[in-house]
Amino acid sequence: MSDALPLSVRNIRKSFGRHEVLKGISLDARQGDVISLLGASGSGKSTFLRCINLLEIANGGEIWVDGEQVRWHHKAGRTRVDSQKQIDRIRSNLGMVFQSFNLWSHMTILENVIEGPVHVLKRPKADCRAEAETLLEKVGIADKRNAYPAHLSGGQQQRAAIARALAMKPKVMLFDEPTSALDPELVGDVLRVMRALAEDGMTMLVVTHEMGFARTVSNRVVFMKEGLIDSSGTPDEMFGGAASPAFHQFIGHFER
Amino acid sequence: MDIGFLYSTFLTLMAALPTTLALFALSVFIGGLLALLVVWMRVSGNPVLSAFAKVYIFVFRGSPLLIQMFLIFYGLAQFSIVRHSFLWPYLREPFDCAVLSLALCTAGYSAEIFRGGIRAVSAKEIEAAKAIGMSGFLLVRRILAPIAFRHALPAYSTEVVLMMKSTALASLVTVWEVTGVAQRLISQTYRTMEVFLCAAVIYLVLNFILLQAFALLEYALSRHRRAPSFATVDAAKTA
Repeated sequence: MSDALPLSVRNIRKSFGRHEVLKGISLDARQGDVISLLGASGSGKSTFLRCINLLEIANGGEIWVDGEQVRWHHKAGRTRVDSQKQIDRIRSNLGMVFQSFNLWSHMTILENVIEGPVHVLKRPKADCRAEAETLLEKVGIADKRNAYPAHLSGGQQQRAAIARALAMKPKVMLFDEPTSALDPELVGDVLRVMRALAEDGMTMLVVTHEMGFARTVSNRVVFMKEGLIDSSGTPDEMFGGAASPAFHQFIGHFER
Repeated sequence: MDIGFLYSTFLTLMAALPTTLALFALSVFIGGLLALLVVWMRVSGNPVLSAFAKVYIFVFRGSPLLIQMFLIFYGLAQFSIVRHSFLWPYLREPFDCAVLSLALCTAGYSAEIFRGGIRAVSAKEIEAAKAIGMSGFLLVRRILAPIAFRHALPAYSTEVVLMMKSTALASLVTVWEVTGVAQRLISQTYRTMEVFLCAAVIYLVLNFILLQAFALLEYALSRHRRAPSFATVDAAKTA
């Protein structure tokens, strides 16, 4: 195991046209950290997550994943990555869970889960299949292995998507509002899976509106406001009253 | 009804069936490959390639196939540079010219059909593929093409049926396929109705088989869209 941080982000900036969404964000994740990213919509938290796994290319800053820096260069106001190969490798080390699951609709759940290990990591199919069965067991949908995504509830689809990401054995898991598209009664199943993952020591970065999760599962809470980190700390510090006025105002919306 | 005449006509026309099938199979195969190239250029994002593909698609969809065929068979032979080129042994053959023009034409239509399929692929499924480390050809082969092909299949089956019928035009550049032989029979017997009816039945049967094959393919590729009960029954069968 290397001493390098699983994830280190330095001074990330991102603009869409003339609108600056991220104004310089830095964040370190140590092994086993579970970081909740909170913020009002438009604060840039989803964009930040998408910049980390390079679905959006930042306009400036540095990204280090497991000790390896993403290589890019800036030319005429645009940022270009130096090597698509490196990007692919780094992405395969970052498990991404999307708000709307994004399972591949033409593949069964099992096929979704083994797709990456078999075709990106080029590992033997039988091994991948066995591991996928274990993962599906773990997220509680082993009986759905031969079903197609459209035949599953949202909660089941999201748990399948988590299994798909875990099958790549990522260094860090990124969650982009994983429960926001779910009916309230299905949220619990997904949060339980995420909590178990955290207890297993997975390094996680979670964009969420689930205050309960942020408070009880994560060991760090980061509050973003208008493209900057407004405040951060342990859940006790943040929810205990020591946080910024802006954060208090923000969590006020959730206490109805 | 003269059953004996119908029967002998049928046998004569069936002798030309291999030519019709060869025209069809070769032009759909070559046209399909060409369509992949054209659609790749069309969606490449490169303005020069994309413009070339647009012009290609416009020319071959916008002009009559029969004229395209005449231009290739009769037109090209006027240029001595063509007659002295290494392609001349092919370009003077009616069959090769017919395959070429059928293939060029279907490539234009098919490219647009494939492009429609590609446009229908959800950006989210592409992002999910990128997020696990896929890019380039691997992403196209594993995610983009399989989904796009499923979207394109109904329209593409229509194009393939049209191609089967378009092989009849090859008779006008002296290829002796089913329609050409039928016309020759008519000029010998003056029995238009029986001979053309026989020919029509042959095309109908061919297209019936073709459409059944496409329906089966579509069924096999759309398990993910059917009710779960069917899907689990199918899955249990294959398991």
